[in-house]
Amino acid sequence: MAKLNINGKSLTLTVDGDTPLLWVLREQAGLTGTKYGCGIGLCGACSVHINGDVQRSCTILVKDVKPADKIVTIEGLSPRGDHPVQKAWLALDVPQCGYCQSGQIMAAAALLKRKPKPTDTDIDEAMTNVCRCGTYQRIRAAVHQAATNTNAAIGNGNKA
Amino acid sequence: MIDLKSTSRDVSRRRFLISSAAAGGGLALGLRLPGVRNAFAQNGAEGHEVGAWVFIRPNDEVVIRIARSEMGQGTLTGLAQLVAEELDCDWKKVKTEYPTPGQNLARSRVWGDMSTGGSRGIRGSQEYVRKGGAVAREMLIQAAANQWKVPAVECKAEAGSITHTPTGRKTTYGKVANAAAQLEPPKDVKLKDPKDWKIIGKPLARLDTADKLTGKQVYAIDVKLPGMLNASIMDAPVFGAKVKSYDEAKAKAMPGVRHVLRVGETAVAVVADTWWQANQALKALNIVWEESPNDKVSSESIRELLQQGLDAKEGVFIGNKAGDAPQAIGNAAKKIDAVYFAPFENHFTMEPMNCTALVTADRCEVWGATQNAEGALAAAAEAAGLHPSKCDVHKLHLGGGFGRRGRQDYTTKAVLIAKQLHGVPIKLIWSREEDMRQCSYRPVGLCKLSAGLDDKGDLIGLHMRIAAPSILASAAPNRLDSDGRDSAAFQGLNPVGAEARLGYAIPNLLIEHAIRNTHVPVGFWRGVNTNQNAIWLESFIDEVARAASKDPLEFRRQLLANSPKHLAVLNAVADRIGWGTPPGPGVHRGVAQFMGYATYCAGAAEVSVNERGKLKVHRVVIAIDSGYAVNPQQVAMQTEGSVAFGLGAMRYQECTVSNGRMVQENLDTYPMVLMDDFPKVETIVMPSGGFWGGVGEPTISVAAPAVLNAIHAATGSPFRSLPLKNARLQKA
Ligand code: FES
Ligand code: FES
Repeated sequence: MAKLNINGKSLTLTVDGDTPLLWVLREQAGLTGTKYGCGIGLCGACSVHINGDVQRSCTILVKDVKPADKIVTIEGLSPRGDHPVQKAWLALDVPQCGYCQSGQIMAAAALLKRKPKPTDTDIDEAMTNVCRCGTYQRIRAAVHQAATNTNAAIGNGNKA
Repeated sequence: MIDLKSTSRDVSRRRFLISSAAAGGGLALGLRLPGVRNAFAQNGAEGHEVGAWVFIRPNDEVVIRIARSEMGQGTLTGLAQLVAEELDCDWKKVKTEYPTPGQNLARSRVWGDMSTGGSRGIRGSQEYVRKGGAVAREMLIQAAANQWKVPAVECKAEAGSITHTPTGRKTTYGKVANAAAQLEPPKDVKLKDPKDWKIIGKPLARLDTADKLTGKQVYAIDVKLPGMLNASIMDAPVFGAKVKSYDEAKAKAMPGVRHVLRVGETAVAVVADTWWQANQALKALNIVWEESPNDKVSSESIRELLQQGLDAKEGVFIGNKAGDAPQAIGNAAKKIDAVYFAPFENHFTMEPMNCTALVTADRCEVWGATQNAEGALAAAAEAAGLHPSKCDVHKLHLGGGFGRRGRQDYTTKAVLIAKQLHGVPIKLIWSREEDMRQCSYRPVGLCKLSAGLDDKGDLIGLHMRIAAPSILASAAPNRLDSDGRDSAAFQGLNPVGAEARLGYAIPNLLIEHAIRNTHVPVGFWRGVNTNQNAIWLESFIDEVARAASKDPLEFRRQLLANSPKHLAVLNAVADRIGWGTPPGPGVHRGVAQFMGYATYCAGAAEVSVNERGKLKVHRVVIAIDSGYAVNPQQVAMQTEGSVAFGLGAMRYQECTVSNGRMVQENLDTYPMVLMDDFPKVETIVMPSGGFWGGVGEPTISVAAPAVLNAIHAATGSPFRSLPLKNARLQKA
């Protein structure tokens, strides 16, 4: 049994405590926007926010998540898919296959919350998710674009 | 493959609509997956099919059928643009959907080839999909003309409306679609002159972006069916070895585990309530495989095999020959020799291989990500032991393909599991480790090059001997020449042809391929043979130019004098990078050019190497002439992707072999290019018109050699063995 707070809802799930959060989100909570890429914490496809920080959910065992910890997945980032990061991603048509993009967007949203006006170096350091399709250049541009849009809106659905 | 003659039925449009709506069962399940926006419009949706490619709804929404697969390369948007252009519909009202291969089969392949590889998605279907749009437009105009009882020539269509010019009467596609659907499609339609295009050639936004930003996009790995169980599998790490034993009882005792199943002779799968449980139990199985003759194969033993191929007389095939290269080189004033090496590579699609299958006594349904829907149908039918007409494949957007998802081994395995559990949908997901162990790898290869210069420093002879496994022998043996020659191995090196011609005019030339196959399956990896061929030849041309004391750009220009399109892209990147002007401090430049997929490409790069030997790739400029550029923004995105793919392999990635098995199993040993080492990429889209080239793959060929040549300039020495991580770079 695990009690989790996901996207503002409290859920009680029947699950072995040694299961990585990634698989609990995907298989028990039915939130498949969070993706499996490597399972060893290196690709970032499984990135979610926990209490406002970006975390790679494949490396977190569900037993280590407290009921009060606020988990936000891509589905809960904004009520209508209109977080400034999502808007910038749409405006610049960032995704190719799209598989890595939930993780990229979660990483970018966390970065902008921490650093509303990130430099290229900040982006290099914070955005370490793999994109096999090679959308890096557009991701960088979209992070900058999101930063110039209303920073006030950042953090919607993500209030720790 | 599917035997079309024996299975095709001449089903009328109308009958098909009824039968597909009534198919029910698994079919209906597949079509109503929550979140799948491409639910097939024929399935009971309101509207009318006007010609095979277009379905029009009463609200004027136009649903365009896309036969090829969207794997990130933007083909879905590009193909829709082609149809929409001729249809003269309102682009804002365009939606898309995938017909299934089963539907294609039932309708005598009305949607043509569904495979998506070789950068053929657009160029391979542009003519008939444009005709499909034009046919529908003519039918809609005719229907409006009939209604008004006026000649069709007095009516014109624009942005989804039809106007009777003399009277100004107007109607919309949605209003006349029903009447249009009853008409006989015209046999002959005239396609627009490219100069009149309004939708083709525009950098329109992709049609498939929104759901990829919110987690709504359903990939094959996200499919969930009622009552579905999940499977994880492990196949023989030494390819082809048979399963000897495994600890079934231990796995069965683990939570959630329902079944432990043999899959063919070489693999074992665990089926459980969740995939995580299945994969944990799989690890506990402790599978032992029988001894195999390949247990001792290693990267070293493979290299010896290739080395032997560099000088052998047997198993050698000629790709290009002019004059007498060995003799000319032997008599040359100056001789240059080099041997290059490139390793096996893995596709590493971000979405690991997976497939969901439901098999009953007389039906097999598959939900999957495939680059070859008809191949998947054939694989499913064979594995299920059912006729293809009793099977179907529901395609979802791919989380990356890059050639890997042309092979249907994962489809076969999912069906082989589901077949043992009749009536229970099974989702098989390969762990990343399994995905990396069971690939069709880009082939390893050695290439020996010799060149002869005359006393003026002109290239008078070139001999290139490639020793490598044959992709066709492994992945498509029916495509080998009758004598066993792999014509694809000479991609970009061919003497003639519109597909992949060597641009250089060299009076004495010999290009050969010594086929040296190993037990490691090889396959189509983005760019296929252009990758290695361009790295070898274009790096070596720089070596030769330096030996001739000539500027590498000028040296190439001279050799390309009779290849204007090759030359044009080269000149474009040279101009843009500022060749001939001083680069920034510590920055060095390189260029390369190559042709593949009927497309001309050139690249130029700026790099620096610091005191500690650390490489920084600052900038890569790529020019691409694909004849037409249906969506220039997508061309640029494919170029950026190709640079990431090409540079990752060049810098970091290799799959090695030890004890017959692939060594690298995940990102810890197979790293990717990340944000911080992705260069600024500038794409020059320069379609010269009159031909249709590919876009997804061709530019990868020039990315690595342009950078390698810049590194050569920076360090003063060529790097002939990839990946670069194994070498120590030293600032010149
Ligand atoms: S799946 Fe978690 S980092 Fe790759
Ligand atoms: S968009 Fe395909 S992996 Fe990033």
